[in-house]
Amino acid sequence: MKTHNSIFRLELDNITKEYPGCLANDSISLSLMPGEIHALLGENGAGKSTLVKTIYGVVSPDQGDILWNGKEVSIKSPSIARDLGIGMVFQHFSLFETLTVSENIELCLSQKQLSDIEDLPHRISQLSEEYGLDVDPSRYVHSLSIGERQRVEIMRCLVQSVKLLILDEPTSVLTPQEVAGLFNVLRTLSKEGCSILFISHKLHEVTDICHKATILRGGKVIETCIPTEETPASIAKMMVGDLAEQDAGYSKKEGTETVFKATNLSLTSKHPFGTTLKDINFELKAGEILGIAGVAGNGQDELMAIISGEDGRNVKRALTMGRLEIGHMHPGERRKIGMAYVPEERLGRGAVPEMSLTENALLTHSKGFIKNGLVQWQSVKEYASELINKYKVKCHGEFSEAKSLSGGNLQKFIMGREIGQSPKVLICAHPTWGVDVGAALAIHQALLELRDQGAAILLISEDIDELFLLADRMAAVCDGYLSPLIKTEDTNIDQIGQWMAGTFINTADVQEAKA
Amino acid sequence: MDADLIVQILFAAIKTGTPLLFIALGEVICEKSGILNLGQEGMMLMGAVVGFLAAYGSGNMGFGVLAAMAMGAFMSLLFAVLVLHVGANQVATGLALTIFGTGLSAFVGADFVGKTLQGFQPIPLPLLSDIPYLGRVLFSHDILVYFSFVMTIALIYVVNKTRIGLTLKAVGENPHAANAIGIKVLRVRYLAVMFGGAMAGLSGAYMSLVYTPMWVEGMTAGRGWIALALVVFASWRVGRIMLGAYLFGLASIMHLVLQGLGWSISPNLLAMLPYVATVIVMVIIGADHFKEKLLAPRSLGKPFDPRNMA
Repeated sequence: MKTHNSIFRLELDNITKEYPGCLANDSISLSLMPGEIHALLGENGAGKSTLVKTIYGVVSPDQGDILWNGKEVSIKSPSIARDLGIGMVFQHFSLFETLTVSENIELCLSQKQLSDIEDLPHRISQLSEEYGLDVDPSRYVHSLSIGERQRVEIMRCLVQSVKLLILDEPTSVLTPQEVAGLFNVLRTLSKEGCSILFISHKLHEVTDICHKATILRGGKVIETCIPTEETPASIAKMMVGDLAEQDAGYSKKEGTETVFKATNLSLTSKHPFGTTLKDINFELKAGEILGIAGVAGNGQDELMAIISGEDGRNVKRALTMGRLEIGHMHPGERRKIGMAYVPEERLGRGAVPEMSLTENALLTHSKGFIKNGLVQWQSVKEYASELINKYKVKCHGEFSEAKSLSGGNLQKFIMGREIGQSPKVLICAHPTWGVDVGAALAIHQALLELRDQGAAILLISEDIDELFLLADRMAAVCDGYLSPLIKTEDTNIDQIGQWMAGTFINTADVQEAKA
Repeated sequence: MDADLIVQILFAAIKTGTPLLFIALGEVICEKSGILNLGQEGMMLMGAVVGFLAAYGSGNMGFGVLAAMAMGAFMSLLFAVLVLHVGANQVATGLALTIFGTGLSAFVGADFVGKTLQGFQPIPLPLLSDIPYLGRVLFSHDILVYFSFVMTIALIYVVNKTRIGLTLKAVGENPHAANAIGIKVLRVRYLAVMFGGAMAGLSGAYMSLVYTPMWVEGMTAGRGWIALALVVFASWRVGRIMLGAYLFGLASIMHLVLQGLGWSISPNLLAMLPYVATVIVMVIIGADHFKEKLLAPRSLGKPFDPRNMA
């Protein structure tokens, strides 16, 4: 089916890509009109990223044809893709932090493209104004916020006057206000005839700006639909197959006594690109989930590290658990008195990549798997397979190496392991990041169950919808400051969004939070 | 201390610093691409012995220099194939290269120990060398010293002002991102490593053809290691490498100067100066973790295999 002289800008015909042990793309066909904003939807592992990498020439397909403006093309490398007019904004940005914005953009241009542009910094400022991107060409990338970096990536594509812009989960790192700005840019581009391929798993965004949506599941195209004619629920159904309970709305609880407290916690970051924590105060109560929202890189990592003890510096009285001061304790001691911890980085921090799931389950155990100094391997194995079954972890068995699991599956295992400690205080970052809808539901329910048993849970997440769903009280971090805490019922997405952007800083609110 | 003595000291510092400058310039380019080559000492020794043999055999000093550079590049090519292609550990492979080079150079040069050469002669540059003081410090050297001046300026320009420099920095900072935008990461790294090797060979040739025009086993005396420290000392900036090299050169000749002034300190203690200076510099820089991270190529020492890109 090779239609020549077609009106489509891009056509994919039966694209197939197989990785060892996994068919990432199974005969995928897709077409895009000029100016069309096309959503690519699917759960993690559905094959979205592989597909767009194929289009951008990072991955070469085993089978199938790509047609560009009706002509068959072979896109062997990203530079060929760029020459055709395909630009891509990656999920994990491909910027060079120690170079300036202008240098970053220059690297992406071919000699020919570069010679067509007389004054690159000037051209960047010009485009920046035209599209409302607000990008300063002379700044170093490491000094930019995540949102600004994304705009640099988009600018990279604009400078090359792309005909097809691919965005891989562009909104996952933005505040709601930044998302609105991004959508304006995309709409303008679309009007000018640029096609946009938009990967997301946030359904309301798709219904917001996309003309068409293709839903992938297990590497196959399940359906192509017009989002405006669907509801988020109906699209979600297509994504997960069986109907998932979407946003059931869980009951909110009020906590009882304070079990964990941070008082005037200030700390300079150890990393050159880190964020300094500034006078953080909060109380975490038994039987509640406290959600902390914020755009990545605003102090979440530093806060997690100091609470878990991983940071290693003594903050003395700034942290207490019950009546105990824990500021001087190392992570092991904190775990002994009932703290559990799920870090953002699963491989390497949450689990040892080369160890089996059984061994990883043992790492943070508190269940008496050791008798007379010997490990009771049989019971550890049983515990590990219990976790695998309970959280539907996809793997070969409890003997699988942690690194052989996909991110979402490993996350389920780690969450299960930590919840299984029956902790008094659970600190967890991005509990369902990259986890499919079904498993996210299981994790949500496990968290709520743990809360109802009287545990105090600190939930740090960039997914604002999830926070609203789970948290009993909420706050936001921005630039190392923590906003006031507020009951979830008493706030809304706008206010939290404002807080994520830092509007609470240097206002009376900060004073209030201190009091 | 009179002005003449100071001029002589500075002249000697530049001469002593020149081999360090050559090898450190090579290493900084190599490290900027993200590859840490600890084989410097081995490549330098091989460069020294091959340079000496070639010059001794042919009677042509220029040929000796070229042979030394080719030898250094060849040694680094071995390293590059193992590290970039086979995926061997950079630190272990680099150390192996040093041990290999030390042994092989001693073996190859065994019959030539004690033989001497005429060596490169100083060529005072017309006009420039007539500048009072400065002329004698900077412009009364041999041709290789002038070449090192040109090389430093050229590299400052290439690294900071050209697309080549930009590509090099990009590869060293984030090879995955560089690959994603279509830069041929391995090719850049091969070239950077081989440039480093050629410069190490040249540095060795300077030792055996100019500094002390003869071959003695282990004659580089740890300069390859000092060069590695020098790169960190200069925080990966080409211009600062030149400054650092001359400072180390000065530290190396200090014991001669102090003895000349009649200080009664054991010459063995004074000969330790450059090495002590190296340790101190490393400690000072290591203490400022913050800065070190910001300046170092971020992927330094980490392997990159484009075949593993999912």
